[in-house]
Amino acid sequence: MDNEAAFDKFKSCAVEVLQVPEEKITPGARFSDDLEADSLEVVELVMALEEAFDITVEESELEGVETIGQAFDLVTSKL
Amino acid sequence: MQFERRGRRRVVVTGLGIVSCAGIGLDAFFEGLNGPAPDGERRVHDFDPSPWFDVKQARRADRFQQFSVAAAQMALDDAGELDADPARAGVVFGTGVGGLQTLEDQIQVLLEKGPRRVSPFLVPMLMANAGAAAISMRFGWRGPCETIVTACAAGTQSIGAAYRIVASGRCDVVMSGGAEAAITPVALAAFRNMTALSSSGESRPFDRRRDGFVMGEGGGALVLEDLEHATRRGARIYAEVLGAASTADAHHITAPSPGGAGALACMELALEDAGIVAKDVRHINAHGTSTPLNDLAEAEAVEKLFGSPTPPVTSLKGVTGHSLGAAGAIEGVAAALTIDRGQIPPTAGLEDLDPEIHLDVVTGAPAAFEGGVVLSNSFGFGGHNGTIVLSSI
Repeated sequence: MDNEAAFDKFKSCAVEVLQVPEEKITPGARFSDDLEADSLEVVELVMALEEAFDITVEESELEGVETIGQAFDLVTSKL
Repeated sequence: MQFERRGRRRVVVTGLGIVSCAGIGLDAFFEGLNGPAPDGERRVHDFDPSPWFDVKQARRADRFQQFSVAAAQMALDDAGELDADPARAGVVFGTGVGGLQTLEDQIQVLLEKGPRRVSPFLVPMLMANAGAAAISMRFGWRGPCETIVTACAAGTQSIGAAYRIVASGRCDVVMSGGAEAAITPVALAAFRNMTALSSSGESRPFDRRRDGFVMGEGGGALVLEDLEHATRRGARIYAEVLGAASTADAHHITAPSPGGAGALACMELALEDAGIVAKDVRHINAHGTSTPLNDLAEAEAVEKLFGSPTPPVTSLKGVTGHSLGAAGAIEGVAAALTIDRGQIPPTAGLEDLDPEIHLDVVTGAPAAFEGGVVLSNSFGFGGHNGTIVLSSI
């Protein structure tokens, strides 16, 4: 999967779980400030990503992940 | 009507909200109570959460919480500008079980996909206090926020508890009521297997052929307010809450105490709390579930307390089915509307009064209500009894 296809897939998960418009899912977007997602919603998003990409993300790996870009990098590092 | 208040503040009903299979909103609901009774389980088929929740919020709120918030918001809108101190505004909102459908769904997820896929929102969606908590957050009310979980008595007992909080002076306004959305596969199977559900699928309160209740769902909300506070802001007043009582049968986990002793004690205590006597009562909104045991026990209790003839009695459950922890709240809304609109809805489904039951039951068409005192009863598994006393003002 190339990077662009992966980001599209990531984006559709984020739109579905966080219920925000697609254009807000940018690498710099912060979960709490820009996307109004609290910690439980980030967990829910990660669960959706695990399923979509067939990966496993440990809770400890989420520490310090505050933006869409950081979360996407975490996902692609496992592909 | 003026009674000795023993130092308590007077409490009035100034807002009502309702989500019921009989109707969503006061006019549709009160009209719907005149029947005919729907077939089968009494689901609120046309409920759409979108007026109260955006898509994301709705997905994170169990249906019972959606009913709680919808009913409460309607009641708040109905009450007008409350102008209440948020620290002196509270919530007492009951339920029988909370977010049962969410729990069942997530157990399915656990079994099919494993523990890593169970929703992080399960706990806040499942918990019985989710409805009350959502109401307090939505309104920014920071006074007491409590949930009463006493099976089918929860709605009535929540109104009673809210009444006491306002009467004591702790709060000027309390959102009270209850909601339930438990028509789920597991709950239906469990109620069926304990033979509480009607095998005929007909809700026939007090009828000779009654054979159990029909599952319902919904939510009811009443704004209870200090009379002086309500008067000062020029509020519309539906009714006064004169008193309330709770008792326990201390007898059996599901069967009522013999002769309706627990129900009788509860009604007697409620009258005493209200400072009135039996002959002052002009109408009883019964629990009347359509189960053989409940209806007989309630009838015996009412007959002992009121003699013959009894005040006109009605059970809404012919139309609404039994919405468990929401029932008392839905019936509390109906009782307030009976006082306000001068009309007692009939008991749908009742065609052949049980010869062992000697109640003056309203059937066929609504009866006129000339004003005065109304009792509303609820009785729950566990032996919980609740009665509230409402009156014209």
